[in-house]
Amino acid sequence: MATLDRSARSLLLYELVSGMLLTLSYMFRRPVTVNYPYEKGPLSPRFRGEHALRRYPNGEERCIACKLCEAVCPALAITIEAEARADGSRRTTRYDIDMTKCIYCGLCQEACPVDAIVEGPNFEYATETREELFYDKAKLLENGDRWEAEIARNLSLDAPYR
Amino acid sequence: MVDLWRIYGWPTALMIAEILAIIVPLLVAVAYLTLAERKVIAAVHLRKGPNVVGPFGLLQPLADGLKLFMKESVIPTGANHVVFLAAPILTFVLSLIAWAVIPFDQGMVLANINVGVLYLFAISSLGVYGIIMAGWASNSKYAFLGALRAAAQMVSYEVSIGFVIVSVLLCVGSLNLTAVVEAQRKVWFALPLLPMFVVFFISGLAETNRSPFDLVEGESELVGGFFVEYSAMPFALFYLGEYANMILMSAMTSILFLGGWLPPVDVAPFTWIPGPIWFFAKMAGVLFGFLWVRATFPRFRYDQLMRLGWKVFLPLSLFWLVATAGVLTAFGWLPSSGG
Repeated sequence: MATLDRSARSLLLYELVSGMLLTLSYMFRRPVTVNYPYEKGPLSPRFRGEHALRRYPNGEERCIACKLCEAVCPALAITIEAEARADGSRRTTRYDIDMTKCIYCGLCQEACPVDAIVEGPNFEYATETREELFYDKAKLLENGDRWEAEIARNLSLDAPYR
Repeated sequence: MVDLWRIYGWPTALMIAEILAIIVPLLVAVAYLTLAERKVIAAVHLRKGPNVVGPFGLLQPLADGLKLFMKESVIPTGANHVVFLAAPILTFVLSLIAWAVIPFDQGMVLANINVGVLYLFAISSLGVYGIIMAGWASNSKYAFLGALRAAAQMVSYEVSIGFVIVSVLLCVGSLNLTAVVEAQRKVWFALPLLPMFVVFFISGLAETNRSPFDLVEGESELVGGFFVEYSAMPFALFYLGEYANMILMSAMTSILFLGGWLPPVDVAPFTWIPGPIWFFAKMAGVLFGFLWVRATFPRFRYDQLMRLGWKVFLPLSLFWLVATAGVLTAFGWLPSSGG
């Protein structure tokens, strides 16, 4: 009987037909596609994307050249040079991040005592040349100015969990 | 001069126009079949498929074609240049010339020859030459292995396709494709010859190297099979040929088993719709079956493929052929040989 059952199933293509009916039923379900460049998926406030150097509301840059980020960076992607400014405060003269070395671990923003270096929500910064990914201080400050609203909101949303 | 035009020029021009009237819509159909394939498979995967180029991605095939056209065709150093370039041309031409005998409606056929089925069978068997030539001329082990597989596969499945066609011909009594369709006025052959219809459809998948029998291409094992060394237009010709063969196989299925241009039942609302539309609708249905199967089943292993062809389909079709002949003789239903 089992043999008869098995041969009937294989001769009548039972498995094949039931598999095809299953795929047919899937054809009429709603696609789960996110239409990427036009639609985007949600991002956590903790998302670690492109780096930015922030400023205080009065326009003064936050970074005090403590070099903790440079020290903690496991990929050695950050290079900082600093000297005293005319008003006596310590500021960076050079703040470079090699984005091709960076592993986006987020240790730099954890180490920063003044929330100056942060990883923002932007992940769409592909470039055509490698050199464009060697970010300098001007580029990082510009990122900070451009993304300040989102960065500030994400920091305040994440603050209760720190 | 006027006589010359009347005797030779005009018929030639008419013939060229008829050929173009078949080939141009065929190529458009091939282009949109690639889009339909991507859309159907995407729907089964709960994806959307191409939807950016033009409304609903309708211009995507044109963009793909343009891309292939603009690219450089690379010819490998070790390749035999003449054979390497002749192979895709041969494949493409063979997939087009078969359409000469396909009847789209009563009398709507380029060449209504009396050995139409034989002609189709010969053309589809020749298709293996393009593949063998491509595999050999590429001078690459992957291409060569893919070509060997393709040759073995196509030869194996042609045998059972042959028996299936013979059993249809027994019921018709003619090799003329128009006569084959006319013989299905009462009932489509898909019903009385249902097992043969299934065997023909599955063998058709194998014959056109479609999934789940696409181990000729076998992306995961043979990095693209016999056309691994091809790029740009030669590659596009293979691609066009493959899809044109799919459409041809669906046309053959419609003619041999689904009553060609005949409506499903011979009553008023169905007979108002012209024949070619029924024919195209049936072809579209069979083509959807091709895509549906591709979206459902994983690829066969090579030994399974050979086992299915020689140990299952060949005995089955041989048995059914004898059974058909027996039934026809016993009940005196054999058609008088004519047409």
